[in-house]
Amino acid sequence: MAKRKTIRTIPRERAEVGEQDPQARIRNFDEVTLRFTPEQARHEADRCIECPRPACTPGCPVGVDVKGFIMKLSAGDLRGAYEVITETNLLPAVCGRVCPQENQCEGACVVGNQFAPVAIGRLERFVGDTAIANGWSSIPYIEPSGFRIGIVGSGPAGMACAADMAKAGCDVTVYEAFHVPGGVLRYGIPDFRLPNTVIDAEIANLEKLGVKFECNTLVGRLFTIEQMIEEMGFHAVFIGTGAGYPSFLGIPGDNLNGVLSANELLTRCNMMKAKDGGFDTPLPIGARVAVIGAGNTAMDAMRVCRRLGAEQVHCIYRRSRAEAPARVEEVHHAEQEGIDFHWLTAPVEILDDGKGGVRGMRCIRMELGEPDASGRRRPVVVKGSEYEFDCDLVVVAIGTNANPIIGQTSKIKLDKRGYIATDDDLATSLAGVYAGGDIVTGAATVIQAMGAGRKAARGMKRYLGLRDTETVYGPATAPEATLFGLDPAEHNFVRVRTA
Amino acid sequence: MPSHPDHRGFEIVAREDFSDVTYLLEVHHPQMAKAARAGQFVIVMLHEHGERIPLTIADFDRQKGTITLVIQAVGKTTREMQQVCRVGTHLLALTGPMGEPSHIGGQRHVVCVGGGLGVAPIFPQARAYKESGATVVAVVGFRSKDLVFWEDKFRACCDEVIVCTDDGSAGLKGNVTTGLRQALDADPEIDEVVAIGPPVMMKACAEVTRPRNIKTVVSLNPIMVDGTGMCGGCRVKIGTGIKFACVDGPDFDAHQVDFDDLMVRLKRFSETEKAALARWEEGCRLGTAQPAGK
Repeated sequence: MAKRKTIRTIPRERAEVGEQDPQARIRNFDEVTLRFTPEQARHEADRCIECPRPACTPGCPVGVDVKGFIMKLSAGDLRGAYEVITETNLLPAVCGRVCPQENQCEGACVVGNQFAPVAIGRLERFVGDTAIANGWSSIPYIEPSGFRIGIVGSGPAGMACAADMAKAGCDVTVYEAFHVPGGVLRYGIPDFRLPNTVIDAEIANLEKLGVKFECNTLVGRLFTIEQMIEEMGFHAVFIGTGAGYPSFLGIPGDNLNGVLSANELLTRCNMMKAKDGGFDTPLPIGARVAVIGAGNTAMDAMRVCRRLGAEQVHCIYRRSRAEAPARVEEVHHAEQEGIDFHWLTAPVEILDDGKGGVRGMRCIRMELGEPDASGRRRPVVVKGSEYEFDCDLVVVAIGTNANPIIGQTSKIKLDKRGYIATDDDLATSLAGVYAGGDIVTGAATVIQAMGAGRKAARGMKRYLGLRDTETVYGPATAPEATLFGLDPAEHNFVRVRTA
Repeated sequence: MPSHPDHRGFEIVAREDFSDVTYLLEVHHPQMAKAARAGQFVIVMLHEHGERIPLTIADFDRQKGTITLVIQAVGKTTREMQQVCRVGTHLLALTGPMGEPSHIGGQRHVVCVGGGLGVAPIFPQARAYKESGATVVAVVGFRSKDLVFWEDKFRACCDEVIVCTDDGSAGLKGNVTTGLRQALDADPEIDEVVAIGPPVMMKACAEVTRPRNIKTVVSLNPIMVDGTGMCGGCRVKIGTGIKFACVDGPDFDAHQVDFDDLMVRLKRFSETEKAALARWEEGCRLGTAQPAGK
């Protein structure tokens, strides 16, 4: 028996992972954080003290058995580690990259009380990338259940729900409005954080599960949610259409030609590949860019502009660095790449260059006052602290509202902010119709959308009276109820290892 | 990546050329033909390297399962489509029908005004008004006689058709506002006007009807990317607020629209568009044009 690993016997420092040098990476869209080498992965896996009752797994919105996959990894059984992860999370190469692990699994990691927590995200990515490189896929034997499921939206929520319903034997069709699937993973997150090759590989896994993707299909307009149930023979439907109705600043100059939403900039650059030669979609490129906001989308927008050749990129955020919603790692990467941060600053006016374009911005300093309803301290204007600076492009990244199409084209009940109203099982006001992700909660994270997709799938299976399979195999490695209260007894697939 | 059962895309089943710049494409898409209603549009992508461009649905045949687009060759994509799209070729992507359908029903006397390319999108609206029981006067404007198209289609479904040409070679001499004034003077009970065409034309029509206090609807054509309300590129100033033309429109109350703002926003990418067109034409001349999506 290997000797018991304790806090005193494990390596204290995290495995050193390579990063592209900031000066080099602002001229390309390749990944910033390099992949773990097998030795680095082994070193990091050895830092896990295999707690009897792990705190990390309950911290994961989809309940990945972290201890389980790390034990397989340190025993050198990479395929086994992949099997453990994909039992609850079909997109390890995606989540390993974009999850905010620092306030989920890694945030709860006991090792973190004394040293840096185990780098669970990087390990998950290492296993996911290895699986893609070797073409592994974990397709359990599936007993067809005869039920047809329609998924609206091929983003993280839709994909997670599609995976669970397919594993439960349903015939699943995912509808996507764009010409390529992936949702925010495709149009929103740039290649240097999430390469398109990773998305394609993970979607190919879904297709191996039997999931069909129908692109160029705008549900609500081409056909309605009600038609899916009443005319198209779907027994249940999941709506994961995302938030996607960007807010603008509402200040003078807001409509000038040099002002656009981060969604538009990222969609033109990432999905329409306007940054690569030979693609027709025009792309606004600024020499001096101001990005309003400090969430993950704002960070992506800034770093994209930097890579598109902007000499100066300014971040304007009315609260301070501590309150910035973006992941600390992304703020740090942006700072390394020379983004000029104007903390505690708010935009007042965007200055017109006389030809309908932008020549500069007037801002005002803020200071933090009493906490507001959300508990965050309310920024208050500092009188007389206005100042101006030159810029020719303004990217607005201050959040999005509910996408109106489903609400406009169906009788489904919405809440007062226009998001789809759901109960605890994520069931909507239409029988057999479930919803999850940003269209229910407003803009949140990829992993929370996936957690919601899985939670809705559990509700849909109970609605259909569907038990996953008759026989129950596999060790009771199921974790306790997680953040979303997933039923531990859910893991009862018959597992057949495929090439 | 299976984007459609026949993943080569959406097949073109008919083509007609009205002039050296204006051409018609009929595209096979049964679901779209079933769902389309007057006032809606689609977003088209010609091939993998293409951009996404909005085009109004000019007609639809629910039995044949096709929709009709009437396109003016202006920029690189519409020029390339003019060159490449034949019966039997495919469009990579055809998404929609987008936007809120026009609010048709309850009007008694309507004037439908189509200017230049606006003649095509006004046709389904004129027909829908007629089917809803209104008397319909169509005013359609062209630069000259040889650019006129669909006059027979309008005569088949309107009570009166007034053709205007800038050079007077057919119908009234002058632009559509002349025809509009004539229609309004002839029938004081007109209770709604719809005007579709270049922004400057729609603005002119709005100014004709504002003093007469006649409800006027226009269909706006800002630059778009996704067409599903996700990027805000197509935002327009309506009254004191902003709306997205793709999901809140494209129809709006003409007397609330800030046309000057729209005309400025349409020039957002004029340099890149000119450069793209020049590069593409250069490519054609040297016979090295980009491989269009076959």
